[in-house]
Amino acid sequence: MDFLQPALDGFSVVLEPTNLLYCLLGVTIGMLIGVLPGLGPAATIAILLPLTYGVEPVTAIIMLAGIFYGAQYGGTITSVLLRLPGEASSVVTVFDGYMMAKQGRAGTALGIAAIGSFVGGTVAIIGLTFLAPLVAGFALDFGPPEYTALALLGILLVATISNGNKSKALIAACFGLLLATVGRDIFTGGERFTFGNVNLADGIDFVPVAMGLFGLGEILHNLEERHRAAKAPAKVSNVWPSGADLRQASGSIGRGSVLGFFLGILPGGGATISSMAAYAMEKKRAKRPERFGRGAVEGVAGPETANNAAATSSFIPLLTLGIPANATMALMFGALLIQGVTPGPQLVQQEPELFWGVVNSMYIGNILLLIMSIPLIGVFVRILRVRAAILGPITALITLLGAYTINNSMFDVTLVVLFGAIGYLMKKYGFEPGPLVLAFVLGSLLESNLRRSLLVFEGDVTGFFARPISATLLLLFLLVAALPLIQSALRRRRTRGTSPEGMPAEDSDRTSVKENA
Amino acid sequence: MKQSRTDEQTSVGDVLLDDAAAADELTPEQLAAQWEAEEPPPAGPLASMGSTLVVTALAGAAAVLSLGMGLGTPQQPDPGMWPFVVSVVAVVLCLAQLFLGRRGGDGEQFSRQSLLTVYGFLTFVGMVLLMPVIGFEIPSLVLCFVWMKFLGGETWRSATLYSVLVVVAFYAIFILGLGTSIPHLF
Repeated sequence: MDFLQPALDGFSVVLEPTNLLYCLLGVTIGMLIGVLPGLGPAATIAILLPLTYGVEPVTAIIMLAGIFYGAQYGGTITSVLLRLPGEASSVVTVFDGYMMAKQGRAGTALGIAAIGSFVGGTVAIIGLTFLAPLVAGFALDFGPPEYTALALLGILLVATISNGNKSKALIAACFGLLLATVGRDIFTGGERFTFGNVNLADGIDFVPVAMGLFGLGEILHNLEERHRAAKAPAKVSNVWPSGADLRQASGSIGRGSVLGFFLGILPGGGATISSMAAYAMEKKRAKRPERFGRGAVEGVAGPETANNAAATSSFIPLLTLGIPANATMALMFGALLIQGVTPGPQLVQQEPELFWGVVNSMYIGNILLLIMSIPLIGVFVRILRVRAAILGPITALITLLGAYTINNSMFDVTLVVLFGAIGYLMKKYGFEPGPLVLAFVLGSLLESNLRRSLLVFEGDVTGFFARPISATLLLLFLLVAALPLIQSALRRRRTRGTSPEGMPAEDSDRTSVKENA
Repeated sequence: MKQSRTDEQTSVGDVLLDDAAAADELTPEQLAAQWEAEEPPPAGPLASMGSTLVVTALAGAAAVLSLGMGLGTPQQPDPGMWPFVVSVVAVVLCLAQLFLGRRGGDGEQFSRQSLLTVYGFLTFVGMVLLMPVIGFEIPSLVLCFVWMKFLGGETWRSATLYSVLVVVAFYAIFILGLGTSIPHLF
């Protein structure tokens, strides 16, 4: 039980007034952007990165984490009341949540979702508390070869699990790695891709890239997307669910917590996938599956619990291995690097205040969110009346002026605008910006570990396969890389053999809302 | 187009409302299908090929540039080794995409609405060019006004009012409150 002591000490970090304030700020912003369709949590975190420069690392991450899981709560509100999912992770909530609202049970749906989110989040934090030190302890023996393999696997998984075209996602990841090489080579001092520009000699900062690709790129894309006019929703009453509803939903909340927790840990997993998986699981398990889509409480409780559990547990790979599991975690990674903290297995021991401070802030954040999402729901619904035409320029200006404040340089602003255009074009041509940012953030870590390993192995690449952990990870890498080829070969054989079926499975889980997780 | 946007929006809103009434009875599967139908059409094979060709050229150029930096040996790599490996992988992936191209990730077709994005981007460029010269206030005011009035379809009155309010608020936060050194006129 010794390890619990630093965990308990973490609470004193969270309860410092500054940290509490930033936690409240984070979850409120998260809730707001969750309610507003358009900007997702990744874009918001990217835009607000400059805000974290002036504060302590732990405070910064507490706020950013709050935005992430706060958005999971907020996205539910519009799904239930207006059938407009505020976030990709709340898409499936629409099916039963909106039907419940139509039957006059909007309050029940929102209440169940809030309670489910709270339970899911809390279960995941407890899991995180016990699992993270174990994983970190295991990873303490990792050397450069293991890190090389882990980073490669992480990038590959994020690229292949993204819902778009896999080879395009991998190409984007390669460009992320290339962008990371711009500047002076740390080993030899030689300049790479600087084209004689002094501003590029120290490399490209992570913040302008993320702000451009995620933030400005999404703002530009929103301009041409006509958002449906949000009608003021009916008044929500009776938010507290009845005992019968709670009993009916309790099983789904329990299953959603566990499912979300595990799917969140997987690289490329995250809130969106787990909410969909939870919905599918609840429907499959139900005695009368026909109730789903007609206002089944379980259809709201399961996904909403799972997406929050996943949002929380996706911090595990980041904080214990230093490998971000999805684009949002890549932003957290970047934010920590800016603060001079390199996430990895040493974090738990070297920076226990940071580690446990962030973990424990999630308890507080979840309580704050529960308070905000049940009694204060009406306030957030009113936010929907703010028109997109007014919000657009405000977020654009926050991004541009925020980018300037990082280094007081116009060059950064120029980079943000440039990457904004690139991000927009990537979206239009089906290249996902997520893998690029993730690879960019892992680029220098991957390169330096690879070069160190090769130094140890005296240039012999097969050395990676002589060490059990790196060998396993690389084999896994090869397996994941080969899987799509095998699958398509199988599919081709099947379509040739029988009637041209087997197509719709992949298309049906594509949704119209952008991927944010 | 610009003048008629407000009217157009209300009518679209009404249509959506009708849609919503009709769509209330839809099953989740039908609803998902309907969302998919409302998505912008995919960019098509030509756009996909064109964009991949551009990306291939970029990756190829990176490979050539890395060669120029020197490769060295795996044990003692020169600066060009790692970028060379990555760009070669990128080229291979691009070629695979060109010739074997899979389904999915088709992107979106450009529409007349995309012009709005172009105008939006131009205001950013203007902001970058003008901010160091005349401070952030006037370019921000123009940016807000253009976005609200011409890109967002607000009325003259609300666009003017809100743009002024936004710039005043930013001045108060960034200059008076946080004391940042953002170039400013006043």
